[in-house]
Amino acid sequence: MYVAVKGGERAIDNAHQWLAEERRGDPAVPELTIPQIREQMRLAVNRVMAEGSLYDPDLAALAIKQARGDLIEAVFLIRAYRTTLPRLAGSLPVDTGAMAVDRRISATFKDLPGGQVLGPTFDYTHRLLDFALMAEGATQDAPPRVGEANPMEGETRVPHVASFLNRDGLIETADASDTPPPDLTREPMELPADRALRLQALTRGDEGFVLSMAYSTQRGYGRTHAFVGELRIGTVAVEVDIPELGFAVEIGEIELTECETVNQFKGSKTEPPQFTRGYGLVMGQSERKAIAMSLVDRALRWQELGEDFTGAPAQDEEFVLMHCDNIQATGFLEHIKLPHYVDFQAELELVRKLRSEAQAMQEAAE
Amino acid sequence: MTLATDALAGGFVEAPVQSAQAFREILEVMARPGMIRRVSGATPPAPLSVAAGTALLVLTDPTMRLHLAGAANCPAVRDWVAFHIGAPLSSAEEADFAVGTWDALQPVSRFRIGQPDYPDRSATLIVECDQLVNHGPALTGPGIQTATWLNLPETAAFRVNRGLFPLGFDTLFTAGDQIAGLPRSTRVEAI
Amino acid sequence: MPDALLTDRQTWMATLAKAPPARLAALLPDPPTHMVLRQPEIGAVMVRGRVGATGAAFNLGEMTVTRASVRLATGEVGHAWVQGRDKGHALRAAAVDALMQTDRAADLAAQVLQPLASAAASARAGRAAKAAGTKVDFFTMVRGEDK
Repeated sequence: MYVAVKGGERAIDNAHQWLAEERRGDPAVPELTIPQIREQMRLAVNRVMAEGSLYDPDLAALAIKQARGDLIEAVFLIRAYRTTLPRLAGSLPVDTGAMAVDRRISATFKDLPGGQVLGPTFDYTHRLLDFALMAEGATQDAPPRVGEANPMEGETRVPHVASFLNRDGLIETADASDTPPPDLTREPMELPADRALRLQALTRGDEGFVLSMAYSTQRGYGRTHAFVGELRIGTVAVEVDIPELGFAVEIGEIELTECETVNQFKGSKTEPPQFTRGYGLVMGQSERKAIAMSLVDRALRWQELGEDFTGAPAQDEEFVLMHCDNIQATGFLEHIKLPHYVDFQAELELVRKLRSEAQAMQEAAE
Repeated sequence: MTLATDALAGGFVEAPVQSAQAFREILEVMARPGMIRRVSGATPPAPLSVAAGTALLVLTDPTMRLHLAGAANCPAVRDWVAFHIGAPLSSAEEADFAVGTWDALQPVSRFRIGQPDYPDRSATLIVECDQLVNHGPALTGPGIQTATWLNLPETAAFRVNRGLFPLGFDTLFTAGDQIAGLPRSTRVEAI
Repeated sequence: MPDALLTDRQTWMATLAKAPPARLAALLPDPPTHMVLRQPEIGAVMVRGRVGATGAAFNLGEMTVTRASVRLATGEVGHAWVQGRDKGHALRAAAVDALMQTDRAADLAAQVLQPLASAAASARAGRAAKAAGTKVDFFTMVRGEDK
């Protein structure tokens, strides 16, 4: 037996009002503006765009403000918003070889054409708290290159490291194809997924989950012996075929992080030993995610490359793809805190019944 | 390719309101098979009716494959679809939506009927008619209290389609600004 | 001024699409009277990448975009697809696209497109110079193998 209940509207209204007040914090402290979040919390904005799967820095900043800095809640807001947008078109595949690079490094070739460009990286910081930032001091502008000419100047293309290995046949190639890719936001994901679908799931997957999966491969659960062949961050133009014009036009620019790993491959019955590749491409400046994505991408390719399935989680497509989405995960996780009075009533009745049966049997035995 | 300017007119003027109103009417005619309602907002090029054009604006987008059957497959309509909808044109066998007269859509056995695990992967036919009246074959089934009547172009094809349930195509009939629906769940009898 | 700005529709449309909306509004405060063929519509474009940078296409995620189409009193039709959610940006870009098909093209190119293109080029060059400032110059240390 249960009693249907209704109510709580006033409690909910008051909770929302208090939430708004808590969001604002101490009114004596100036309120954050959206441009401040967009410009100064840019990596948080990037993460919300990548996992929310919608490139719009202002909206991501708004979501972060509204979510009080809870990034998964912010991703949730962006995902909800994007479902209200009509899909006007699909872009032509972006050309990362034409990226205006802010950062481009290779762990495999010291002297790659164009050089190692560090960009605005945390890598060589000492991870010591900088108390000067507490004093809200002005920063200095980054110095441009002086003296010898910029070797990249006038170059419109930055060749990928993999293309150097390609020349000697030492690395697998990826042949271009313009077949419209499957889209997990339109059709339910079906397994086995092809690589395009896996990459879509990974690029919008939770950074923490993808990072942990990648780390597990490094520790031996589906080891792939990865080197970062190349990591690049910068902006690319997005081109769309405009139906009313009959030709493609650049409609904007987005910032991307791309990582390509070079992985050891012993060869198989059909393939000679050569290097294989893992690929990561993520919206915004998100290099931890891009590297992790490329490791997981490579681990998931075991079947295609004729490797052994060792039972490692990172090789298990169903495990990785079905659990990498933090909105799916948090939706299911958090729903158990909502009223389950009826379900629990049933459980309670069941346990009482089992106990009384057990008790009766015990008494009968005595 | 540059579109003729005529193709650029005839869309919704107030898209959010007009599309919501038309969507409500289309929902209504699919929920109550045989009921005739009016929709407006689109002024598509001939031979498309106002109702067919409005239904296309509301229901289709660049992710929907559209089959233009017979006279509907003309440059004016193709340009109008390209500008206002952007739906890729397809063969009948691949279409998510198809528009044309009943004769032009034949044989309707070509259209997708979905798969047992995804019955929704089926086609919706928009059948252009001269007129719509509640007179003719009897319709019974979900959404119809006792029975209703609609001047269907024939009954045999719809009886076959009903036999495929839960698979099958769904149908909208359009004439001028009038629209009526016949989902796959409706039973049809000639009287 | 590069000729492409004046003659190539793809170039001028791309320049307008990438322009900061406020900058375009400042350069074109009073767009000419026009009939709106397509009200500014905010939507999403699914951005695609390629597997391994060169292979099959895959879906990376969407970006916001606004499109609009206008017709001038003289009949020219202008279209715009611009990044973001600024309806005024889309309408202005469509108006300039239409004007570029009239005899005012040279004026428009000089007064609107050229300043936008120069600003974009100098921003890009500034960033490239800063990136170049972080390029590593390796020193080869003396090796010991040869005597």
